[in-house]
Amino acid sequence: MTEADQTPPKRQIAIVPALNEAATIGRVIQEIRAADPAFEIVVVDDGSDDGTGAVAEAAGARLLILPFNLGIGGAVQTGFRYALTNGFDVAVQIDGDGQHDSSQLRVILEPLIAGEADLVIGSRYAGVGTYRARGMRRVGQRLFASIVSLLIRQPLTDTSSSFRALNRRSLSLFAADYPHGFLETVEATVLAGKYRLRIKEVPVTMRERETGSTSLTIPLSLFYSAKVLLAVFVSMFRRPALRLEEEP
Amino acid sequence: MIPFRVSVVAAIAAIIFLLVIFELIRSRKLQERYALLWLITGGVILLLSVWRDALRLVAEQIGIAYPPSALFVVGFLFILAVLLHYSTVISELAERNVMLAQDIALLEERLRMQEAHPAEERAQGA
Repeated sequence: MTEADQTPPKRQIAIVPALNEAATIGRVIQEIRAADPAFEIVVVDDGSDDGTGAVAEAAGARLLILPFNLGIGGAVQTGFRYALTNGFDVAVQIDGDGQHDSSQLRVILEPLIAGEADLVIGSRYAGVGTYRARGMRRVGQRLFASIVSLLIRQPLTDTSSSFRALNRRSLSLFAADYPHGFLETVEATVLAGKYRLRIKEVPVTMRERETGSTSLTIPLSLFYSAKVLLAVFVSMFRRPALRLEEEP
Repeated sequence: MIPFRVSVVAAIAAIIFLLVIFELIRSRKLQERYALLWLITGGVILLLSVWRDALRLVAEQIGIAYPPSALFVVGFLFILAVLLHYSTVISELAERNVMLAQDIALLEERLRMQEAHPAEERAQGA
C-alpha cells in the first residue's frame, strides 16, 4: 500500500457530451469542480446552436467543437480520444443535462482507482436512488440489460446508463472502436465484454432530467433499438478489430 | 419462344445503358471503380438479349417458362449487387466522416490552446 501512496495522483478527466445544453452545462461544470477539483473537464459540443460551447468555456472547461452533429456515440468518442492522447489516466463520462449527480463521482471512480475494473458503470437500478424510467423505456432498458448480461456472462442491471468511468485500457478500446448514434452504451458494454475488459457496476443515484425531454421520438427509438439488437447480435460473430495491451 | 422484338428492344436498351455509363465515366461524373459493376450489369443483359440460345438455356435451367423473364431475374440480381456494394461504400464513408469530424474538433482545440498559451506548447502536447 505504501507503494500506491508514492505513485503520482492519477490524472482525471470528466467528459461531458453536450447538445444544446446551454441552460444546464455551466452548473454541471461547477458541480464537477465542487465534487472533485482534481478533475479536468472537457465538454464535447456536438453541433449546438444555443451557445453551449461559449457557456462551457466561460465556466472554465476545455472545449471540443464538432463541426456538425455526430450523435452521442461519436461525440463521446471524441472525448475518449482527447483523454487518451492527452495522457489522462481515468475518464468519467457525465451528461451535460444535469441528470448525473456529481456527488456520485467518487463512487464511480473508486473501483478504477483501486484497480478492480477497467470500466465502471453507474447503475440506476442496482439498489440506491429513486430514479425509475417509466413504461416502454424501462421495458427496453430491462431487455437490453438482460441480453447484454447473457452475452458477456456477467449480471448487469443498467446497460443504458451513460454515467461511466474508464481507465486507459478501456479508453484505448473505445477511442479506436465505439458505436455511433443513440443507445451506444449497450453496444459499448458488449464490446468491452468481448475484449475481456473488467466491467463493474456500482449503484448510483440519479436525478430526473432538469430541462428538456428525451431527444428520442418513438420511431427513432424503435430504429435505434433494432440497430442495437442487430449490432449486439453481429458482435458475437465479429473478429476483434484491434488488439489491446495486456493489463499492467 | 423468345419474341424477336423482345431481343431487339432489350439489346437496344442495354446498348443505350452502356453508352450512358461510358459517357458518365468520360465526363468524370462516375469513377471507374463504381462504374465497373454497372458495366458488367449492362454487358450481361446485352449478351443475353443478343445470344438467344444462352437466355433460353438459362431460363430452362432455373425453371422459367417464359425466357424473357430470365432477363429480368438476371438484371434484378445485378442491381441488388450494385445496391449492396453502395451500402458498403456509404458505411465506409460515414465511418471516415465521423473520424474526420473528430479530428477537426481535436486539432481545433489544440490550435486554440496554443494560440492562447504559446509558451506552454510542450505541456499541451504529449
